[in-house]
Amino acid sequence: MNTSVNLAGVTLKNPVMTASGTFGSGAEYGEFVDLNQLGAVVTKGVANVPWQGNPTPRIAEVTGGMLNAIGLQNPGIDVFLERDIPFLKQYDTKIIVNVCGKTTEDYCQVVEKLADTEVDLLEINISCPNVKEGGIAFGQNPKSVEAITKEVKKCAKQPIIMKLSPNVTDITEMAKAAEAGGADVLSLINTLTGMKIDVERQCFAIANKTGGLSGPAVKPVAVRMVYQVANAVKVPIIGMGGICNAEDAMEFILAGATAVSIGTANFSNPYATVEVAKGIEDYMRRHQVADINSLIGLVK
Amino acid sequence: MADKVKEKAVVIRQEEISLDIYSMWIETKAAQSAKPGQFVALYCKDGSRMLPRPISICEIDKAKGRLRLVYRVVGKGTKEFSQCHAGAGLELMGPLGNGFPMEAAKGKKALIIGGGIGVPPMLELAKQLEAEEKNIVCGYRDLLFLDNELKENGSLYVATEDGSVGTKGTVLDAIKENNITADILFACGPMPMLRALKAYAEENHMEAYISLEEKMACGIGACLGCVCKTKEKDAHTNVNNARICKEGPVFDAEEVDLS
Repeated sequence: MNTSVNLAGVTLKNPVMTASGTFGSGAEYGEFVDLNQLGAVVTKGVANVPWQGNPTPRIAEVTGGMLNAIGLQNPGIDVFLERDIPFLKQYDTKIIVNVCGKTTEDYCQVVEKLADTEVDLLEINISCPNVKEGGIAFGQNPKSVEAITKEVKKCAKQPIIMKLSPNVTDITEMAKAAEAGGADVLSLINTLTGMKIDVERQCFAIANKTGGLSGPAVKPVAVRMVYQVANAVKVPIIGMGGICNAEDAMEFILAGATAVSIGTANFSNPYATVEVAKGIEDYMRRHQVADINSLIGLVK
Repeated sequence: MADKVKEKAVVIRQEEISLDIYSMWIETKAAQSAKPGQFVALYCKDGSRMLPRPISICEIDKAKGRLRLVYRVVGKGTKEFSQCHAGAGLELMGPLGNGFPMEAAKGKKALIIGGGIGVPPMLELAKQLEAEEKNIVCGYRDLLFLDNELKENGSLYVATEDGSVGTKGTVLDAIKENNITADILFACGPMPMLRALKAYAEENHMEAYISLEEKMACGIGACLGCVCKTKEKDAHTNVNNARICKEGPVFDAEEVDLS
């Protein structure tokens, strides 16, 4: 049985990865799961310099999911290079570094510093809804999506994944723009902008007022967008949005995703990633499928 | 694998000990390594509530492998926990966080302070703390809980908002009214209380360790949801933010910025 998939020339032992921001750089969840069993670890977004992030509360639970507005707090690329990459190199899994920035130059600085490291892929975050500059500002207009993709592609040594926002009228336009700009892979979806009001205290539940909605509540939206994008571009897609179990992951794969990321589910079940990986094998056995690749985009 | 476990704990017994305050003894492997001031994450059965609830550890019975959790019902998640009867299973991860620095009190006059639902973790602390002198001050809105158990582990002073028991006012009013002095204080409670105690400790040149709370998601330091501002750059985050679930919940009051 073959569970390995290929993303822009990088072979993952299975299609299961972590969603950026939910898994740190793997050290914390590594106490619960064997990171060797994951196709890839996608690290929390890292910028050229340390970012303080947003005030608290940064988290609010909602029915079937959660809102977060962490604000891309990160230690900066220098600490990340010294500490997080050597940690991940101990494991037999692919390393995907999520990169964030306020300007094109910020993104390129990080990407250049990662050029000569043993990082396998770069995920460019142009879709964070929780920061005022950068992030989503690059991701909601096809022209700017294409422009930043081109610039990053120029300075990147590794293949680049553009992470797309669902907070747009037509995500296929952004996907086509990223592909035109030279994106090797697309990942979707980032969180949906949401809001929660504490009616007893009569205030916003999150200090940032708005936060990104994730969890099972967004899954049908994410599956629909993966399906649409898969039918609009040729590059492989990493699907994510509310995946909690293997059946959820299979929906994304059948809709057209080559790989899947597990995010919010880690919080309700720290073993979610490895359980999904194992569950996909069980699914393949049950359906007598020899190669996972034959299932990608099967549902037309 | 560290000393943290994620498993199905079993409820031994549960009772409401004050209005909306529940006391639950559970059997769990987490009891083996638990320390005063640590917490556990409890998961809801209802899958629409995804995030675990951080609940402080009130008592630890290593011999029987049990933990006592005393918590307030504040929403649907804690409501669900409060309806668990003896024998029920409850998904748990823990023990989490760092706990109180027990060795810091040796040979000193210690002051243990709890406010509202910050009182429960102070019971196991009071039981285990080795100090020259142990005074305990607890603040409540009106109804008392855990006061009898606390009395057995130190001299207890009480403050209530309505003055129905003890000093009318705050824990700080009770400290002043009873002329309590100390070299070191340990506290858990609402933010205004902790802010006041941080200032009080600074003015009186006391060591102070305070337990903070914040909305959490992962509970283990991965998501950066629950941070507090720190005076110095934090070693892990490389910014002036420390993770409450990992580096905390107990912090040296001097190191955190509560403004």
